[in-house]
Amino acid sequence: MLSLLAQIDQVPFIRPEIDWHAVAPELILLGLGALVTTLDLIFLERIRRFMPTLTGLTFLVPLIPILTLWNDSESLPRSMFDGAYVVDRYSLALKILFLLSGYLVVLLATDYMAEGDYYDSEFYQLISASILGMVVMSSARDLISIFVALELISIPAYLMAAWRKRDLKSNEAGLKYMLMGVFASAIMLYGMSILYGVSGSTNLAVIAQSDILRSGTRSIVTLAVVFTIIGFGFKVSAVPFHTWAPDTYEGAPTPLTAFLAVASKAAGFVALMNVVLVALPPQATVVEPLMWVLSAVTMTVGNLIAIRQTNIVRMLAYSGVAQAGYMLAPLAVYGQTFNETNPANAIVNYLLVYAAMNFGAFAVVLLVARKTRSGEISSFGGLMNYAPGLGAAMTLFLFSLAGIPPVGGWWAKFQIFNVLTQNPSFFGISLAVIAAINSVFAAYYYLNIAKQMWFMPEPNEDHTPIGFPAPLATALAITVVATIVFGILPGITGDLSDFTTLAGR
Amino acid sequence: MTEFLNDWGITVLVFLPLVGALLMMFIPAKDEESHKLIALLTTVATALVGIALFSEFDFDRTADLQFDVNTSWISVVNANYHVAIDGMSLPLIALTLLVVPLVIIYSWNHIPDPGNAKMFLMLILVLHTGMLGSFVAQDIVLFFVFFEVVLLPMYFMIGVWGGPDRLYASIKFFLYTLFGSALMLVAFLALYWNTGSQTFDMQELASLVAERDIPLGTQVLIFGGMFLGFGIKVPMFPFHTWLPDAHTQAPTQGSVILAAVLLKLGTYGFVRIAIPILPEAAVEWAPWIGLLAVIGIIYGALGCLAQTDMKRLIAFSSVAHMGYVMLGIATLTPFGINAAIFGMVAHGLITGMLFFIAGSVKDRYHTLEIKRLGGLLVQAPKMGWILGFCTMASLGLPGLAGFWGEFPAILAAYNPADGVSTSLFRVYMVIAAIGTVFAAGYLLWLLQRTAFGTPSDEFADDPEITDMNMTEWIAWTPFLVLIVLFGFVPGIIFDITDGAVVESLKTLAR
Repeated sequence: MLSLLAQIDQVPFIRPEIDWHAVAPELILLGLGALVTTLDLIFLERIRRFMPTLTGLTFLVPLIPILTLWNDSESLPRSMFDGAYVVDRYSLALKILFLLSGYLVVLLATDYMAEGDYYDSEFYQLISASILGMVVMSSARDLISIFVALELISIPAYLMAAWRKRDLKSNEAGLKYMLMGVFASAIMLYGMSILYGVSGSTNLAVIAQSDILRSGTRSIVTLAVVFTIIGFGFKVSAVPFHTWAPDTYEGAPTPLTAFLAVASKAAGFVALMNVVLVALPPQATVVEPLMWVLSAVTMTVGNLIAIRQTNIVRMLAYSGVAQAGYMLAPLAVYGQTFNETNPANAIVNYLLVYAAMNFGAFAVVLLVARKTRSGEISSFGGLMNYAPGLGAAMTLFLFSLAGIPPVGGWWAKFQIFNVLTQNPSFFGISLAVIAAINSVFAAYYYLNIAKQMWFMPEPNEDHTPIGFPAPLATALAITVVATIVFGILPGITGDLSDFTTLAGR
Repeated sequence: MTEFLNDWGITVLVFLPLVGALLMMFIPAKDEESHKLIALLTTVATALVGIALFSEFDFDRTADLQFDVNTSWISVVNANYHVAIDGMSLPLIALTLLVVPLVIIYSWNHIPDPGNAKMFLMLILVLHTGMLGSFVAQDIVLFFVFFEVVLLPMYFMIGVWGGPDRLYASIKFFLYTLFGSALMLVAFLALYWNTGSQTFDMQELASLVAERDIPLGTQVLIFGGMFLGFGIKVPMFPFHTWLPDAHTQAPTQGSVILAAVLLKLGTYGFVRIAIPILPEAAVEWAPWIGLLAVIGIIYGALGCLAQTDMKRLIAFSSVAHMGYVMLGIATLTPFGINAAIFGMVAHGLITGMLFFIAGSVKDRYHTLEIKRLGGLLVQAPKMGWILGFCTMASLGLPGLAGFWGEFPAILAAYNPADGVSTSLFRVYMVIAAIGTVFAAGYLLWLLQRTAFGTPSDEFADDPEITDMNMTEWIAWTPFLVLIVLFGFVPGIIFDITDGAVVESLKTLAR
């Protein structure tokens, strides 16, 4: 111990070079978040009703440096801290996704929080913290920064899941989510520590170069890889690690459910992609079969259970599980396909489309629940008769989730199939066929909601129109436009192909 | 004008109905008359654009793609917005352009329960865009998108305006078709990667497959994926079970469009995509397609004999008729495929007409149970005669359009393409010929039970049972005229299709 301390003494501290432009989005988000919190502490009640707007701005302002970075494409990728923190087009696109997700969650939550007599200011501050974690995650290329980002994302989310504190279901949601989340973190950390132990570094690119990972399959490395991936499996709610998701989704406040189902899951995928695609290419023979099984099981089980649901939020939860299965699929062939179509590109495209259509669906659920006070699928009965615009929007989202052109979802699925069929191996093609068959299962329960809206009468003959508060209407408009544009002009997201300049490549 | 048509003609043709639907979105649902008017004007305008295109179409070079527009669409996967018309697609586009306005005219006083003309007509217009787009697309990703677009409106048409079992029928229709098209998409992508991931263009893919040495086994598997997608849509035995349900439950307008145009998307897919791109695999598959086709012919006919519902009977007759079309396609000869395209148009006109009649009978009698019907010739003589005319056309009476779809297809089976077993196809030919006897049987029996005799007691004095009304005359006359015209002068269609069909089979000849 003493000798170690003595060594530290001899190594002079060199301040790492900081690229202020590249970290500007995070710093702005942090600064504005702190400012908003301070304002809240000073003005208390007087500022409460401006909190959603202020928080929304907090998410929009960092887009400015992101866009300037994007335009300055010659300087990309920018790398800091010996490659532990990388800004490239891949991470910039994800940052845009997360910031806009944050903005949409604020829009979804505004009326829900104002009407529910909750501690609304604190909710927005926690959302900011969680989004900051996601923005950091996009650039993290080091086991430690990934772990820190993941906890920064999760801990506020545990609190928010239990936000309706007088509601038992919400308490259950928060508790389950926290216990499972902590458990997952522990497993992941165990895997990561072994990975560090065998490779001698926490930097993903260095891990990929280490001799032990390059020297074929070894049980210790396999153990590390499997534990790390299982940890992420909890975060992205892959079967069999999905059991927390439906209860948490149902009990949590609905805007937060949207946040968990989209943004938080996306962050889990980003972490998974960073680790698998940067650090683990040498271990593809271990990771690929694991991913194949996880993907196939996740999409099939998620879909089959979703068919049985009668509560719409639970159904969306299981559908989200199934969608995670599709998104895992490209990782089942990542070792063979990296050069031409990059699996990260397919997954990021999927995440973008998924965010648009899922937030949209949640916006509709919130709007309908404001009137019906129910989360049952049957409460959507006759929506086309008394709110045709809302019904049409929901129909778009459902068809998009089912992957029917011309709305966005088909392009997301197309990208997945595109990666899977690239090298005509039994491995890829069989997973593509399983995914194709699964999309038929999925269509059944998505159409079940469409059936309620179009074919069934209103429950209780209740024809009162649905009110459209401005924030929810804005969220709906943004997601409808995004869902349609992604479907008709897929080139918009497709151009991200040159995108993953993940460190070490 | 010519320049405008060359650059924009097809795009306008395809998206004009969608513009109409968008316009209708902003008009309140109560104003039904304006909705009907806008829908009609939109489809007529679309048809006029179509006529303008056809008048500029160079009928001396039907094998070439005309009004060709090819711009980049999804550059990451090299998918293009490539649309064009050639001799193979022209008859089907014309059929679509004819059927949809007539369906809207028919809707003038036949909006099915529970009403809501706005939504109903908007869905028909969206359907119109999807169908036209599928026939003009020259890029398989674009084709796939349009091919799927038709699912949504049809699902809602059956589900909202359909019969008592509409929920079951609509979801069955949807899931069946989706199953096929999902595997078809996997097949398309496998094709893309196997040809070197350069293009999704149909013609370029055909030449790339010919150039590259793709293992026959892979080709056969890719063809299998396409076969599922298209075969379910046709529908071929044993994937036909969605069809009787969908047809029986769909509102009249839905049945007509389904029979007249949607089923053709499947057969069109075979002649436009599957066979030209994968000719070697097609040769391997041909005996099986032929087998399923003749099973369909016989099975459809037997199914018809067992039906007690008039609409369901017509639906089963579709299975049989599409069997002839598929038999023609399975021969892989220009003769057979020309016959198949003729058969598609003829079946569209005749079966579409039969569904119109069934719908009008249902309006008057409120039932389609054959046992309870009878004496249509007494109560509504003109409609009775039209029914008689259409059954004759449907059973393939020479001189009417149905004959030229069936007879050449049977004849083509006598001598299929090289590499396909001749003796096997001669057996198929005999079975298909026997099928025509069955067809005569069930159709004449239908006519006898519904039109002949005296009306049953329950309907004898029903004042609601009247003869043809004005919208029916307007909507039906063009069908009847064309059935006769194509019957007497089949060359109109054969001359247009032949060049393109020969061109499409040139990869096979190599």
